[in-house]
Amino acid sequence: MRLFTALAIVLGVLMAAFAALAQGAGPLRIEITEGVIEPLPLALPDFIAENAAAEQYAQSISQVIGSDLTGTGLFREIPQKSFISTPTSFSNAVQFADWKAINAQGLVKGAVSLDADGRLVVKFRLFDVFAQAELGQGQKFTGAPASWRRMAHKVADAVYSRITGEGGYFDSRVVFVAETGQKGQRRKRLAIMDYDGANLQFLTDDSTIVLAPRISADGKRILYTSYESGFPKVYVLDIAAARKQALAIEAEALSFAPRFGPDGETVVLSLQQGANTDLYRTTVSGGTLQRLTSAPSIETAPSFSPDGRRIVFVSDRSGTPQLYIMDANGGEARRISFGKGRYGSPVWSPRGDLIAFAKQANGRFHIGVMRTDGSEERLLTASFLDEGPTWSPNGRVIMFTRESKGAQGVRALYSVDITGRNLRRVPTETGASDAAWSPLLP
Amino acid sequence: MKLHSKAILIVAALALSACANGGRFGAANGGGADGAAGAASDPRSPAYFQQTIGDRVHFAVDQHTLTPEAIAILDKQADWLLKNPEFTAIVEGHADEQGTAAYNLALSGRRANAVIEYLVSRGVSPARLRPLPLGKERPIALCSREECYAQNRRAVTVIQAGGLS
Repeated sequence: MRLFTALAIVLGVLMAAFAALAQGAGPLRIEITEGVIEPLPLALPDFIAENAAAEQYAQSISQVIGSDLTGTGLFREIPQKSFISTPTSFSNAVQFADWKAINAQGLVKGAVSLDADGRLVVKFRLFDVFAQAELGQGQKFTGAPASWRRMAHKVADAVYSRITGEGGYFDSRVVFVAETGQKGQRRKRLAIMDYDGANLQFLTDDSTIVLAPRISADGKRILYTSYESGFPKVYVLDIAAARKQALAIEAEALSFAPRFGPDGETVVLSLQQGANTDLYRTTVSGGTLQRLTSAPSIETAPSFSPDGRRIVFVSDRSGTPQLYIMDANGGEARRISFGKGRYGSPVWSPRGDLIAFAKQANGRFHIGVMRTDGSEERLLTASFLDEGPTWSPNGRVIMFTRESKGAQGVRALYSVDITGRNLRRVPTETGASDAAWSPLLP
Repeated sequence: MKLHSKAILIVAALALSACANGGRFGAANGGGADGAAGAASDPRSPAYFQQTIGDRVHFAVDQHTLTPEAIAILDKQADWLLKNPEFTAIVEGHADEQGTAAYNLALSGRRANAVIEYLVSRGVSPARLRPLPLGKERPIALCSREECYAQNRRAVTVIQAGGLS
């Protein structure tokens, strides 16, 4: 990714002047917390190909940017056929009246070229049509042509960020379990794809059961559970080297439900010994095993807080599975779930403020969020079976597994806003489960 | 895209042929339901154990306690294991689909362990028994109703010739 340098450039004195004007915070602003009902109309004319070699990328890049932004539910793309004029040059002055007339509030103008070294150069400018000013400065991304989708995602992240004031989440990947075959005989493979389903890559074959992959903060390693020894055991996979290795835990131990600490080295997981399942911490490189819980009940599904100081997990010490939080080195645990029902698969949000979880109540499953003290529980979804939430890098969206009912039941990935709006299916070619969303790529 | 779906078909075909040859333990073959070795008429065969003794016991929702029916079957399993010391067994634990994956995996492990503890209490050496928690990965009945869930909440004693690797 070092090929892939992002840098902001000032595009001349004229534009700097526009940027200064824009600092007066015009109307082009979405406060996500207020819950957007009416999507903001955005004009996204096809990026201008500045040389012939770039023509094949220009339209595709525009389409990916449009799909990223409208996919949030916060933006609406104005159809190109209603445009009064289309930009023909990246640096020409914008005809704001033409965009105002079609009720565009924002305009993204961009250009694509191939430089002398064969690298793809993508640049864009964002305009606030009502304020008749540029929002932020022009920005340019350079990379290998094969990375064109990533560059499009980076443009979309920048546009999203400037308008919402939040970090973006489009230039990210999702590791998950790809599933084929019938319900009783599911064949499973670890797979990784872009957050929108593109660039699918399989990481294992389907010769054995694999479960619950988790990606490290640097996006380079995956922890998962595999039955390749005949028994469940936690492995770590180096994505680039395609090399996997069992964690150094005694051979007889049954281990599962691993998760990385924020340092990408610490691991918390469940070990089953006899009737008892407890939480332990260790390291990827074979550190000592430290026991965190020792109740006779089941303790599993741990997830670190983003500062690495606390762990949320599931325990049935009260008689039913509920959520608890304890110090990352063990000790007293405090129950945080008190609603009617059974709770599972808690995940701490990357912003630290919320816990996402699955909840089973009255024969239905829900994905929900609560504050870390258990207050303000909100259920975002309801279906026959929803579980396994994972957070977008900016903590605004949750991806999860939804399974349909009956003998033909299949699993698929869905995403939903933490407002409960914008439920969408994530496109995958096969069945899919157990997604883990990476942080934004470097 | 066309090429890709062809590749998936080939993988699927390979997977099927692997199944026909018998998967490793219960993990790949769906709960030890098919293909125990030997003739069912031979009381010393794993096939006899599976079909005549009864290789599985069932559990109530969320429970791992053994019912009287389960204990009656496990008494017979223990007798058979004591009479046939050359065999070992993997005890698979399973859960129904009504629960989250990691919790159900732990619950299925508890069920496998309940069977092992009982067999050991009847004199079977613990060195001959090994638990294999499978969570909700390998349901034997596929519908989403209690009649299927009841069959899926099970522990299956899968007889192995030789040691436990």
